[in-house]
Amino acid sequence: MSADHNAMNLTLFVWRQKNAKDKGRLERYEAKSVSPDMSFLEMLDIVNEDLIKQGSDPIVFDHDCREGICGMCSQMINGVAHGPEAEITVCQLHMRRFKDGDSIYIEPWRSKAFPLISDLMVDRRAFERIIQTYGYTSAHTGGVPDGNATTIPKPAAEMAMDAAACIGCGACVAACPNASAMLFVAAKVSHLGVLPQGEVEGARRVRAMVAQMDKEGFGNCTNHYECEAACPKGIKVTFISRMNRELMKSIPTGDEVSAAGGF
Amino acid sequence: MILDGKCPTGPIQTSWDRHCFDLKLVNPANKRKYKVLVVGTGLAGGAAAASLGELGYNVEAFCYQDSARRAHSIAAQGGINAAKNYPNDGDSIYRLFYDTIKGGDFRAREADVWRLAQVSNNIIDQCVAQGVPFARDYAGYLDNRSFGGAQVSRTFYARGQTGQQLLLGAYQALSRQVNAGTVKLYTRREMLDLVVVDGEAKGITCRNLVTGEIESYWGDAVVLATGGYVNVFYLSTNAMGCSVTAAWRATKKGAYMANPCYTQIHPTCIPQSGDHQSKLTLMSESLRNDGRCWVPKKQSENRKPGEIPEAERDYYLERKYPSFGNLAPRDIASRAAKEQCDDNRGVGPGGRGVFLDFSDAISRLGEDKIRERYGNLFQMYEKITDENAYKVPMRIYPAPHYSMGGLWVDYNCMSNVPGLFVLGEANFSVHGANRLGASALMQGLADGYFVIPYTIAGYLATTKPGKAKTDHPEFKKSRDEVEGQLKKLLSIKGKKTVTDFHRGLGKIMWENVGMARTAESLKTALREIPKLREEFWQNVNVSGGMAGVNQQLENAWRVADFFEFAELMTRDALHRNESCGGHFRVEYQSEDGEAMRDDQNFTYVGAWEFKGLDKEPELHKEPLKFENVHLAVRSYK
Repeated sequence: MSADHNAMNLTLFVWRQKNAKDKGRLERYEAKSVSPDMSFLEMLDIVNEDLIKQGSDPIVFDHDCREGICGMCSQMINGVAHGPEAEITVCQLHMRRFKDGDSIYIEPWRSKAFPLISDLMVDRRAFERIIQTYGYTSAHTGGVPDGNATTIPKPAAEMAMDAAACIGCGACVAACPNASAMLFVAAKVSHLGVLPQGEVEGARRVRAMVAQMDKEGFGNCTNHYECEAACPKGIKVTFISRMNRELMKSIPTGDEVSAAGGF
Repeated sequence: MILDGKCPTGPIQTSWDRHCFDLKLVNPANKRKYKVLVVGTGLAGGAAAASLGELGYNVEAFCYQDSARRAHSIAAQGGINAAKNYPNDGDSIYRLFYDTIKGGDFRAREADVWRLAQVSNNIIDQCVAQGVPFARDYAGYLDNRSFGGAQVSRTFYARGQTGQQLLLGAYQALSRQVNAGTVKLYTRREMLDLVVVDGEAKGITCRNLVTGEIESYWGDAVVLATGGYVNVFYLSTNAMGCSVTAAWRATKKGAYMANPCYTQIHPTCIPQSGDHQSKLTLMSESLRNDGRCWVPKKQSENRKPGEIPEAERDYYLERKYPSFGNLAPRDIASRAAKEQCDDNRGVGPGGRGVFLDFSDAISRLGEDKIRERYGNLFQMYEKITDENAYKVPMRIYPAPHYSMGGLWVDYNCMSNVPGLFVLGEANFSVHGANRLGASALMQGLADGYFVIPYTIAGYLATTKPGKAKTDHPEFKKSRDEVEGQLKKLLSIKGKKTVTDFHRGLGKIMWENVGMARTAESLKTALREIPKLREEFWQNVNVSGGMAGVNQQLENAWRVADFFEFAELMTRDALHRNESCGGHFRVEYQSEDGEAMRDDQNFTYVGAWEFKGLDKEPELHKEPLKFENVHLAVRSYK
């Protein structure tokens, strides 16, 4: 299992930009003796350790759990969100996917709604504001009925879980030619909308969340399906169709117009 | 000093209800005059901030991640316990209480554990109302599964992502309060100090991780829900940003740190593959239902597993614990694996691994059945190791996973510093010396949704709102101290990186204060930690400056705090001359290698008061009384 005789030398081109005002550029780095057993982020750790020892600023990138669930890591690798392997995040990508002598281009998520903070780190608070707008059920703490008081058909519970698996990483936005957040919003609208507990506010929710999505400057969906291909949790574009249907159905009638503040 | 946990007396069945009635209240119109700071937005912090905001308090919540949804609660896989007794298999609040006390090896407070068991049922109801997609049967009812340490099925789950779904529930409730204007959320902020004014917690000092500014926030109370400290071992299943910093800075401001030596080492993790490794990945414990643990009988075996005949394999768990076999509890399974590897019979790189073999189960049940049960885990294993566990045995090794110890709190979850509340993994309260599976999620949400909303009023009702604001000299003093420390870290410009030092500290801790501890190993650690710490402060290289994003500086202060905390943790392990739960002292074991508690001398919570780096910390004891569960020896033979 000795990694040495398998070790690779790679050339990295990494987007460096000190802050939002700085002019960015791709910088070239040599990553030497990379073990195929390393994760992609561990490879970057090693590059950073070298940079520090040389007195340079290490590459800034978001990461935390390193097991594919927190949604913090976010990199375009050779133009693909989260890199070449399907249904994983960057932190789960391993170097055995690459060959000795490869060049690798590493860039941040690019979208008007995700302003750059530094190097590969972007500001995804637009997602936060969408959830804050109506990405919840309005249940108070306490005073709710027994968990089994309302039965939920298994297919609905399963579909809710499929949608709820979203980790909010933003790969769907990064992959979309329109920088659309439709998959992200549709996943939350569907997760809550298919459950009886969330259905009550379904119409208000879908209108509010879509309006906030538009306000944040995300583009619209033109059926490229790049989002589904990039999604590390395999969330399906059918949720977007489902959301569009819910939105159409939500067109308010009578007194709902004033209650929802217009549409 | 003898500490008082302020637990209610009288029949335990009614203790929490009576206590709630006795607590002072803050009237609805007055609630908005009080400001509460909540640090950390995992299950405990997220639930607390949401619930307190909803009650009408003015809440400010803080997390170091870019979103409250990313706290490490999100990584919990298995499930959450509750005493619903839906399967009709004999569960009850009393049984959940009993199992938790016994699972914790009789080192937790009865009253706290009772309350946890009592409110566990409300948690499930709450989460369902929030839209948490728990697993259901075809009739539409909630499904349960079994977990370690219990003979009933009481674990609720959402596929293998229960922690994620519960956290999203709390995060969404929190987001709703942000929208309502009751909670102000500060992301990419890390707490670097607790501000204490006239003996009471009145604020925090943070670094803005984007701008680099040192910021002050005042509150009438401070709630810490900042998780555990097992990254002191460097490699663990925790997220990279998990640290002891908030808890340790509170300790340095007078809060007592309780039972820091109680750490949980989880037996089924993917072994380390090289020095480059940055963290370890947990594989669900459920694998031990069908996998058999073995090592070669021959030392330094070179043959491939398939070439080793049956007679030359040692199924050591089945041999040592015939009645529990491969399903021996976490602490025991972990120690057994380490023993085999120490004996030079480990497998894989560096000999730090044991086999978890599914070949028997596959020939009995077929590969499809195994795929159906564990497909996602086998896939995850393959992504990391590039090995197909349907064909060759998995390799596993124990890894630091959870800390039972934490800041000392009374029954109200308030520390000895008035106004400082501590919730979830950050406090020491309910798991004793060993936590049972699926109980961490239960505790986080119990504390956040159903304990703090009641108990915080008891304190706030006694304090005037806005007693000390950020213009108070203590805030400036705190900012100056923090800034001074960071500038010092940046000025050293030594030859080793922060990671070099963290790895070094982790090695000392893992080898000497890990799964098996001796007085000698602990004394070795107490010599080596200060030596390496001194070198850190002379030879660390932290690049960049004070302004803007500086991830190396973030790592540097976390590691600096781990260095100081590590010494206290070791001291606690050395003072506790007994073996209990996750704390195994080699000197205190029965003839057949079982942990031996010393109830005569150690049935107490050890809470340490920091007295300065070069001074011995002072030990305060809170005696533990067992009036509802009889002290007994745990045996798994």
